[in-house]
Amino acid sequence: MIGLWARYYRAQIKLSLAVQFQYRVAMAIWMLDIVLSPMIYLVVWTTVAQSSGGTVNGFTPSDFAAYYTVLMIVQHITQIWHMWEYEYLIREGGMAQRLLRPLHPINEDISQNISYKILMLMVLIPAVLLFVLLFRPAFHTPLWSALAFIPAVLLGAALAFVIGWTLAMAAFWTTRIVAINSLYFTAMLFFAGYLAPLDLLPRFMQMIAGVLPFRWMMSFPVELALGRVAPEAVLGGFAAQALWIVFGVLVLRRVWKAAVRRFSSVGG
Amino acid sequence: MRYFKLIRLYFRIGVLNELEYRANFFVQIFQTVLGLLTALGGLAVIFEHTGDLGGWRSDELLALVGVYFLVGGLIGFVIQPSMQRLMMDVRTGTLDFMLTKPEDAQFIASIRQVEMWKLVDIALGVGLLVVALARLGRVMDVAQVLGFGVALLAGAAIVYSFWLMLATLVFWFVRVDNILVIFQTMYEAGRWPVTIYPGWMQVMLTFLVPVAFAVTVPSQAVVGRLTLQTLLGALGVAALMLFVSRRFWRIGIRHYSGASA
Repeated sequence: MIGLWARYYRAQIKLSLAVQFQYRVAMAIWMLDIVLSPMIYLVVWTTVAQSSGGTVNGFTPSDFAAYYTVLMIVQHITQIWHMWEYEYLIREGGMAQRLLRPLHPINEDISQNISYKILMLMVLIPAVLLFVLLFRPAFHTPLWSALAFIPAVLLGAALAFVIGWTLAMAAFWTTRIVAINSLYFTAMLFFAGYLAPLDLLPRFMQMIAGVLPFRWMMSFPVELALGRVAPEAVLGGFAAQALWIVFGVLVLRRVWKAAVRRFSSVGG
Repeated sequence: MRYFKLIRLYFRIGVLNELEYRANFFVQIFQTVLGLLTALGGLAVIFEHTGDLGGWRSDELLALVGVYFLVGGLIGFVIQPSMQRLMMDVRTGTLDFMLTKPEDAQFIASIRQVEMWKLVDIALGVGLLVVALARLGRVMDVAQVLGFGVALLAGAAIVYSFWLMLATLVFWFVRVDNILVIFQTMYEAGRWPVTIYPGWMQVMLTFLVPVAFAVTVPSQAVVGRLTLQTLLGALGVAALMLFVSRRFWRIGIRHYSGASA
């Protein structure tokens, strides 16, 4: 049984690697997409630090450089785009074919997600080098914290996938996916630590960030990589990630059931 | 005069088309509000920690955000939809219909498609500018208003030429949708004055993707930082870009052989 799954995933990943590798020019352009946003916020915060005597709440320019370099990596690993794809799949009728296959369509999405991220490492690695050369990040991370980063970012990716995929199911009910997606990405900007490290947000925004899942997707792994999480808070962080994932999976299963029941094919 | 009539005609068609999809209006309002929240929230967080960003005070940046929405709205209103339509038409071969029309092809291609609800962004941009000026307690005299108008026109002309050149690439490469992503991503950088970026990035944002001329220069005019040299420079670049893009378009269209519609 496990052998079957492994074979399925190996074949799927190989297939989508081959498909995606055709779009090499597009990959170069996506690099810009990956690099630019963190770079803009890094520049803004560096400017702020410089005009207020070198630090903002204990962040120096090279701390910001470290923060946004890691954020760029984490953002890549946790990235999800199926919410854009499902609208298209349903509108153009591709969904019907997918439903006919004997395995749950989520398997295909997971393998696509993994293969895309493997492929994009070719873009991500030069991007990280660029950041290191241009902005000289400084890390003061204890080893345990750097090691804890690895499971944290994987859990973050799982969480982002579960939530993003559930959101993608909205396409079964409405064609105005754009509005929902914008709301999601705006919330992400503020509460995942994108606009600013969460420590720099006003109190009430930090409180909102505490009850939303976004922090556990991106900010928590980034904070670990920078050694900014106190040792006693680490286990709680992992627990929060796990809880959100379990909760997300439960919701996902219900939503999927309802979505399939609702589905009637378009075209083919 | 004939051109104005044509513009009016195409805009009317666009509006009539769009009125069939009224719910899109609310989607656009929603998107615009989110955009506004992002911009204002960002400013609020940053100015918690500092009094100025690269020499710009918060109300001055508010004016910049206004210009950002205004120009972004203008691009989304007519430039981007028309250029996207052009690219689609080349791919599917329906461009032939447009070329047979007895008017200047570049002109028609540039105004053919409007996305009416983007006017919401333009209105918001103007509103933000007014609020920012009131908060700054700034009264612009005629020369300054004129300077702003000229800077805005020059910026629009530069952005338009840039888009036209990108879109013209379609005559050779057919699939250039991804190139558009470049502009959309780079335009994000215009949310902040380009002077805060490191030198090499400023050069990119000025000459590679003309965000500086589109947003920063008109904003400088609003807050009274615009020098005559910059304004003349912007005008010069605008004239040059209009000329070059026109030539490029001509070469491209000569290269086009139709794809049997």
